[in-house]
Amino acid sequence: MENLKKNILVKLEKVGVIQNNKWLVKDVSLQIEKGKIVTLIGPNGSGKTTTAKIALGIHKNIKGYVTKFTDKIGYVPQKISIDWTLPIRVTDFMQLTHNLENSEIENALSLTGVKHLIKNDLRNLSGGEFQRVLIARAISKKPDLLVLDEPVQGVDFKGEIALYELIKTISEKLNCGILLISHDLHVVMTATDYVVCLNGHVCCSGSPTAVANNQEYQKLFGDRASTILSVYEHRHDHTHSPDGTVKNK
Amino acid sequence: MFDDFFIRALIAGIGIALVTGPLGCFIIWRRLAFFGDTLAHSALLGVTLAFTFEISIALSVFIISSIIALILLKLQKNTKLPGDALLGLLAHSSLAVGLVVIGFLSFIRFDIMGFLFGDILAVSTSDLITIWVGGALILFVLNKIWKPLFASTVNYDLAEAEGMSPEKANAIFTVLLAAIIAISIKMVGLLLITGMFIMPAAMARNLSNNPRQMVIISIIGGLLSVLIGLFSSLEFNTASGPSIITAALFLFILSLIKFKKNSELKH
Repeated sequence: MENLKKNILVKLEKVGVIQNNKWLVKDVSLQIEKGKIVTLIGPNGSGKTTTAKIALGIHKNIKGYVTKFTDKIGYVPQKISIDWTLPIRVTDFMQLTHNLENSEIENALSLTGVKHLIKNDLRNLSGGEFQRVLIARAISKKPDLLVLDEPVQGVDFKGEIALYELIKTISEKLNCGILLISHDLHVVMTATDYVVCLNGHVCCSGSPTAVANNQEYQKLFGDRASTILSVYEHRHDHTHSPDGTVKNK
Repeated sequence: MFDDFFIRALIAGIGIALVTGPLGCFIIWRRLAFFGDTLAHSALLGVTLAFTFEISIALSVFIISSIIALILLKLQKNTKLPGDALLGLLAHSSLAVGLVVIGFLSFIRFDIMGFLFGDILAVSTSDLITIWVGGALILFVLNKIWKPLFASTVNYDLAEAEGMSPEKANAIFTVLLAAIIAISIKMVGLLLITGMFIMPAAMARNLSNNPRQMVIISIIGGLLSVLIGLFSSLEFNTASGPSIITAALFLFILSLIKFKKNSELKH
């Protein structure tokens, strides 16, 4: 029991938010544990980002209970816009919430493949490059808990797979818990320990296979759902080294 | 060589520019120019109250501006009126009330122009102490809250999520703004103090590519504006505040030329 408690990083119990007399999300319970990846899926407006913000303590007036067991958090928000009036380079942005050695900045940036952009103006990056910088910043401090809200939006397909592999490697290497929001059912089903399917409330949740077989889930995602299942049930015949390259056994 | 009052004005102006440089950067990053203006307008009410109750002008202005700032923060959360309308409402009502109160204070001779546009003759030795001690305190506190304030300027949610307490930093920053207005009102004047915030910072933006550099250039720009402004005010017998702001305008225009060259090089 004690041990179980130690592994929990954040616990949400029946949380919800009301805004303008409307529930944004209601009765969500979930917990994130060390070394595990929990994924939130659901249609637009289903409360994925809201749930993540509740877990992070950004939403203040909430129903239910949030218990956090760590302060070391890395966050990749869904959207960041940098105003023209603020001149900021990638290296400045990396140190936004914590001081880092140069080597730490470079290491984090090379993990996501954007070390060469270190001196660039943040506003001149492409969408994909910006996401890579965001992820690098979030992992640079070696957090206990990573919250990633659509972390690979705008990244090309090849890079997307590599980044998800990286996220998985990070969760294993740092033994940190990850709360992931993703549209990509494909990835969700292959790289996740626990899936929560939201639609204003928890529609269904469980292991990826359990959710994929759930009728509610299939109703929500229609045809896409069934094709994903076949993708999921393949066998891994290789492993990956920390940088994401394939090692055949 | 120079008269005492001029030396005092120089020392005061340098002290003010050192503080308005970094604060001005945050004002334009956070789009608070009109907010600063509102606080400055409310300063007139503070000045009149200082005369009524015979307390220090800086203290009175600081208290009134802080109260107005906190009312603003509250109203912004609790009313449906858009932010700029709310600012206008508070700015002009506090200015108007201040002017009405002056009407009742017929027993004192009151140089209102001095407070609207600044007056170097008004700077006394005790004002210098207020400016330098107050300025040092403001810079000390700003340095303390720099990280959370900057993080929340870039992205509030991110700062909150990663435990930077942005709300606290924002509230402290607002009080710092009230404080710098309070100590510089005699020198620059309440109608022009916002110019002292935003013009050196705007100039610095054209010449910098990272936040630290922008702050340093903004301070240098403020210092140059004060020096050029005060010497020309002595030379041409113009009011100190407008002269300083005009100097800042010239520096800004010069920076535009440099900025244009830089952007052309990039294309």
